[in-house]
Amino acid sequence: MMSRGWFSRCMLVLGLIFLYVPILSMVVFSFNNSRLVTVWDAAHSPTLKWYVELARNQQILGAAWLSIRIALIAASGAVVLGTLAGMALARFGAFRGRLLLAGMTTAPIVMPEVITGLSLLLLFVAMAQLIGWPRGVGAVTITLAHITFCMAYVTVVVQSRLVGFDESLEEAAMDLGARPLQVFLRITLPLILPAIASGWLLAFTLSWDDLVITQFVAGPGSSTLPMVIFSKVRFGVTPDVNALATIMVLIVASGIAISTVWMRYREKRRQRDLQLAAAANL
Amino acid sequence: MAVRLTQAAGRRLVAGIPLVWLLLLFLIPFIIVFRISFSEVRLAIPPYTPLISWHHGTPSLEVHWSAYSFLFTDPLYVSSYLYSLKVAAVSTLFCLLIGYPMAYAIARSNPSTRSVLLMLIVLPFWTSFLLRVYAWIGLLKNNGVINNVLLYLGVIHQPLALLQTDFAVYIGIVYSYLPFMILPLYANLEKHDPALLEAAADLGARPLRAFLAITLPQSLAGIVAGSLLVFIPAVGEYVIPTLLGRTDQLMIGRVLSDEFFENRDWPVASAVAILVLLLLVIPIMLFQRLERRELEAAK
Repeated sequence: MMSRGWFSRCMLVLGLIFLYVPILSMVVFSFNNSRLVTVWDAAHSPTLKWYVELARNQQILGAAWLSIRIALIAASGAVVLGTLAGMALARFGAFRGRLLLAGMTTAPIVMPEVITGLSLLLLFVAMAQLIGWPRGVGAVTITLAHITFCMAYVTVVVQSRLVGFDESLEEAAMDLGARPLQVFLRITLPLILPAIASGWLLAFTLSWDDLVITQFVAGPGSSTLPMVIFSKVRFGVTPDVNALATIMVLIVASGIAISTVWMRYREKRRQRDLQLAAAANL
Repeated sequence: MAVRLTQAAGRRLVAGIPLVWLLLLFLIPFIIVFRISFSEVRLAIPPYTPLISWHHGTPSLEVHWSAYSFLFTDPLYVSSYLYSLKVAAVSTLFCLLIGYPMAYAIARSNPSTRSVLLMLIVLPFWTSFLLRVYAWIGLLKNNGVINNVLLYLGVIHQPLALLQTDFAVYIGIVYSYLPFMILPLYANLEKHDPALLEAAADLGARPLRAFLAITLPQSLAGIVAGSLLVFIPAVGEYVIPTLLGRTDQLMIGRVLSDEFFENRDWPVASAVAILVLLLLVIPIMLFQRLERRELEAAK
C-alpha cells in the first residue's frame, strides 16, 4: 500500500511541474531585456519594455478586440442553444431525433478541428451560392462557427448537471399547477445556473482561443488574436507574445481567485442561514 | 388539454431549435464535403465541378474518383496517414502512463486537497492552448531553456536538436491533452470502493497484485474514455506539429490544410477529410456510447 501511494504522489508532483514550467517560463522571459527570448540578460532585466511594445501594437490590440466581441456573442449563443439541447436530452425521455441530437452534440468535442473548419467553410460557400448569404467570410461566419462547436461543450455541462438531480421538484411544481415556462424559470433555471455560468465561461475561452476552425472561416479583414499570434510565432519566438501570455495568465488566475473567494463566502453564508433556521425551529 | 398541447409544442421547440441548428451547421456541411470529394478541380468559382451537368436539357450525374485515386497513388498521403496514427497512438500511451498515476493520487487524496489539485489540473486549460504550445518552442530550441540548463550542468557539450522532432510533437500533444486524460480517469477512480483493496490486502495480496486484479479492470471505462478524448483529436492535430514538429514528415491535418490553402484543391482536401473521418468513425461512436452510458449511470 505504502509503495504505490508514494509512486503515484511522486508522479502527481512531477506532472504538475510539467504542466506549469512552460507557463512560468513565458512569464519569466516576458521581463527579459534580450530579444533572444531564452537568454537571460541579467544586466538590463527585469524590464517592462515588451509590455510597452505590446500596448503600442495596433494589430494585436485590434485583433484582441475582435476576438473579445466574437467570443462574447458566440458564448451567449452557445449557452442558449446548449441549454435547450441539454434540457431536451436530460428531461424529455425518448423523442424523435434524440439519438441524432445526442450524437451531434458529442461529436464536435472530439472531431479534429481541420475537418470541422473545412466543412463549415464549404457550407458557407454553398449557402452564398444558393441564397446569396453570407456575403463572403468574416466576423459573422466566425461567430456562427464558434457557436456551433461551443454549444457542444455547454450541452454536456448542462446535461450532466440536470442528470445529477432528480425531477421530483419540477414534477411537484407541475402538480401544483405551475405552467412549463414557470417551472423552468423558477425551478430548473436556478438549479442549472452554475452549469450555465461555467458553460458560458468555457465557451468564451474556447472561442477566444480557437485558431484552426477560425482560419478556415475567416476573411481577409477579420484576423482574430490567435491568428495574429500564430502568424507571429510560426517562424520563431517573439518576446511581446510572452508579455501577452503573461497578461492572459494573470487575468485567468485572478478570475479563479475571485470566484474561489466568492464561493467560500457563499458557502459560509449558507451554513449561517442553516444554523439560524435550525435555531428558529427550536 | 390545451395545456398539454402547448406543452408538447414547447417541448418540440426546445428540442427542435438546437436540432435544426446542428443539422444545418454540423451534418449538412459533412454532406457537402462528401459531395465535393467526388468532383474535380477547375478554374472557377467555386473551384470544383458541379455534381449534376446538363447536356441538351438532360441532367447527368458527374462523379469523379480522381481525388481518391490521387490520394492512394501518391505515397506522401499514405505516409502522413500512418504517421498521424503513430503520433496519436504514442502520445495517447504516454498520456495514459503519466495521467493514470496522477488521477489515482488525486482520487486517493483527502477531499480538501482534492479540489485544489483538480483546479491545478484544469487551470492550464483556461489559458491559451496556442500560447502553451508556443512556450515549448522557447524550452526546446537549440539555444532554449532545456539545452541551456543541460549545458550549464555539464550533462551535454553540444546542444541537443529537440525542436522539429517527433519527440517535440509527443511532448506538445501530451502536454496539451493531459487534462483530458486525467479528468475521466479521476471521475472513474474516485468512485472505487477502498474496502475492496482492504479485503484483498487482508487476504494477503501484495499492493501491485491488488491493483492489477481490482483497480485496473474496474477503471477500464475511464481508460477508454480518456484515451479516445486524446487519440481522436490528436490524429487531426494541426497547431502542435506545425509549431514543434518535423518539416520533412507532415501530419494529415497539416496536409488537409495545405491542400486547401496552398494548392487550392478543394476536392482533394475534402477527400482527405472523408478518409480521416472514416478512420475515426468507430472511435467516435465508441466515445459517444461511453458518454451515454456515463450519463445514464449518473441517473
